[in-house]
Amino acid sequence: MYRSHVLVCGGTGCTSSGSERIVSALEKEIKASNLEEEVKVIKTGCFGLCALGPIMIIYPEGAFYSMVKVEDIPEIVSEHLVKGRIVTRLLYQETVKDDTIKSLNHTQFYAKQKRVALRNCGVIDPENINEYIGMDGYMALGKVLSEMTPEDVVKCVTDSGLRGRGGGGFPTGRKWSFAAAQPKGQKYVCCNADEGDPGAFMDRSVLEGDPHVVIEAMAIAGYAIGANQGYIYVRAEYPIAVKRLQIAINQARENGLLGKNILGSDFDFDLELRLGAGAFVCGEETALMTSIEGKRGEPRPRPPFPAVKGLFGKPTVLNNVETYANIPQIILKGADWFAAMGTEKSKGTKVFALGGKIHNTGLVEVPMGTTLREIIEEIGGGIPNGKKFKAAQTGGPSGGCIPAEHLDIPIDYDNLIAIGSMMGSGGLIVMDEDTCMVDIAKFFLEFTVDESCGKCTPCRIGTKRLYEILDKITKGKATMEDLDKMEELCYHIKANSLCGLGQTAPNPVLSTLHYFRDEYIAHIVDKKCPAGVCKALLSYVIDENKCKGCTLCAKVCPAGAIEGSVKVAHKIDTKKCLKCGACIEKCRFGAIMKK
Amino acid sequence: MKSLAELQALRDSMKGRIGVRDDAEGNIRVVVGMATCGIAAGARPVLGEFTKEVEKRNLSNVTVAQTGCIGICQYEPVVEVYAPGQEKVTYVKMTPEKVAKIVNEHLVNGKPVTEFTIGANTK
Repeated sequence: MYRSHVLVCGGTGCTSSGSERIVSALEKEIKASNLEEEVKVIKTGCFGLCALGPIMIIYPEGAFYSMVKVEDIPEIVSEHLVKGRIVTRLLYQETVKDDTIKSLNHTQFYAKQKRVALRNCGVIDPENINEYIGMDGYMALGKVLSEMTPEDVVKCVTDSGLRGRGGGGFPTGRKWSFAAAQPKGQKYVCCNADEGDPGAFMDRSVLEGDPHVVIEAMAIAGYAIGANQGYIYVRAEYPIAVKRLQIAINQARENGLLGKNILGSDFDFDLELRLGAGAFVCGEETALMTSIEGKRGEPRPRPPFPAVKGLFGKPTVLNNVETYANIPQIILKGADWFAAMGTEKSKGTKVFALGGKIHNTGLVEVPMGTTLREIIEEIGGGIPNGKKFKAAQTGGPSGGCIPAEHLDIPIDYDNLIAIGSMMGSGGLIVMDEDTCMVDIAKFFLEFTVDESCGKCTPCRIGTKRLYEILDKITKGKATMEDLDKMEELCYHIKANSLCGLGQTAPNPVLSTLHYFRDEYIAHIVDKKCPAGVCKALLSYVIDENKCKGCTLCAKVCPAGAIEGSVKVAHKIDTKKCLKCGACIEKCRFGAIMKK
Repeated sequence: MKSLAELQALRDSMKGRIGVRDDAEGNIRVVVGMATCGIAAGARPVLGEFTKEVEKRNLSNVTVAQTGCIGICQYEPVVEVYAPGQEKVTYVKMTPEKVAKIVNEHLVNGKPVTEFTIGANTK
């Protein structure tokens, strides 16, 4: 037995801040101190608090060390692991309580969270199937195969009220029942792990931290609908997730949890990985399946829905990673347990990837119905540098912006749609007063223009024209007629596009237009960008009374646009000025302003 | 793995091995003094023996940890047992040989081994 376990985050966030080097330094130091048989080092998935990485937890004390450096390792080993003295200076500040450690679960970041889909992330070694089994892994599959009929499974998932976590929010149990109702024969189970929204990384974290949960859930889905083959479509840009999934599939096969006669039953099921080549549209279900078939990833009209005619023309269930991550718990703890969490029409929890202008960048899982204010101000720790909240963006390029007036709305599928946004896959980008809403809309449109597959005209040409109008606005060249035209174009694209990508592409424009119309008007009529972002509408000016004539700005200006001599107020030639902002950063007297 | 029973058996054996990561506050804590004085007096083998015994009996409600100097260096190796709802018990002049008895009588059956405690050794 190991008396102490050292858990080091091996998610993408902490890996990029150097957790691999931490692990090897730890192993070396532990060996040098002769502790290999007492202390175990485990590389886990994401803990969620990515802003503070690399992160390490040492049990049994539960000491939570953040921003650990390689140089800190000898001290951690000799003090904590040998002598049992916690290295207080490295503890996550909020967990330091007098002379003892406050449990992580009582910190602001974790207290309001409820981890269902993420329950094993940051707790187990994702590359070791036994650890997953130790956390009741594959017990749900065992229960399904030994005690439940396929109908029971579908009913349990239906009763739980689980809805698709990929963004659409379609009831999962109903999806399964459609596929189950198809005549016996070849059917498929697919997993959508092609997470493409800018700023979203929920699915990646589940795959990296707990890959077996997806495998187990897909086998359960296979049993429920009568399929014996599954595919996980994962983007190739997630190398850690791909590697761990492959390890997990191999281990499941070796242990007889995939393959023929699983756990002595007559149920066979196997899985394969398919890597996405990076097209956003392949996250759309019909395009995803076309891509698995080896064809160009383009969507097709529905109906027929995948449950009737999906992959290779056969009945198919396709769910998102996070949806699957909920399934084993629902089977083990029952539909009522799950349905007791959340709001009337949105049950359970939702994982959000918190990003943007917020203290605790990272991954959070909260019960449905939690307000945006709780997520941003309490869990997220608020907005840095004392700036004011302006809006939160949910749903990525398909979603919209939520202004301050709606901060107290309980988040669920229907409420978000009612205020012009959507749940999406769970990206949550926080914006402060320095963000220009027109610029944000332009950013998302640029993304959809790039990612439109080009099959249908409204999306291919419509989004391009929409982008051009937005570009005109940010350059101060648009008229009020353009604004009306833009709005009309939005509705056309929404109504006539073939798939979800096009149908939702105008949402960032429509929602910013709805809540921040005055900003659009300021750009068009006053030729001003209130947030000071759109370069074409800015001019840099030196306040003559504040300028001391130190010449620093003139030296740093790359365009030679600043004139003046020592101890005489300087001046900016607006024709030459590139608006790079270098002078503002250098000025010690706050004499340069953007207007 | 051929059956559910096999899976359950594996789970139960793994539970004990990853139970240390539980934040459960109801656990019995065995704390071994591992400051310089403790190490010099032979605390390391005692610590090792405790982890071995706890594993052998699959006591998932027990965590074994170390701590610094308690200030009674003449009695090292010192081991303290914190059971929820009970007063702390301090064992002194510990040896690996004494461990099995403490695990059996105190940790499993809830009866402190009085003869090894500080009370019995200071009289």
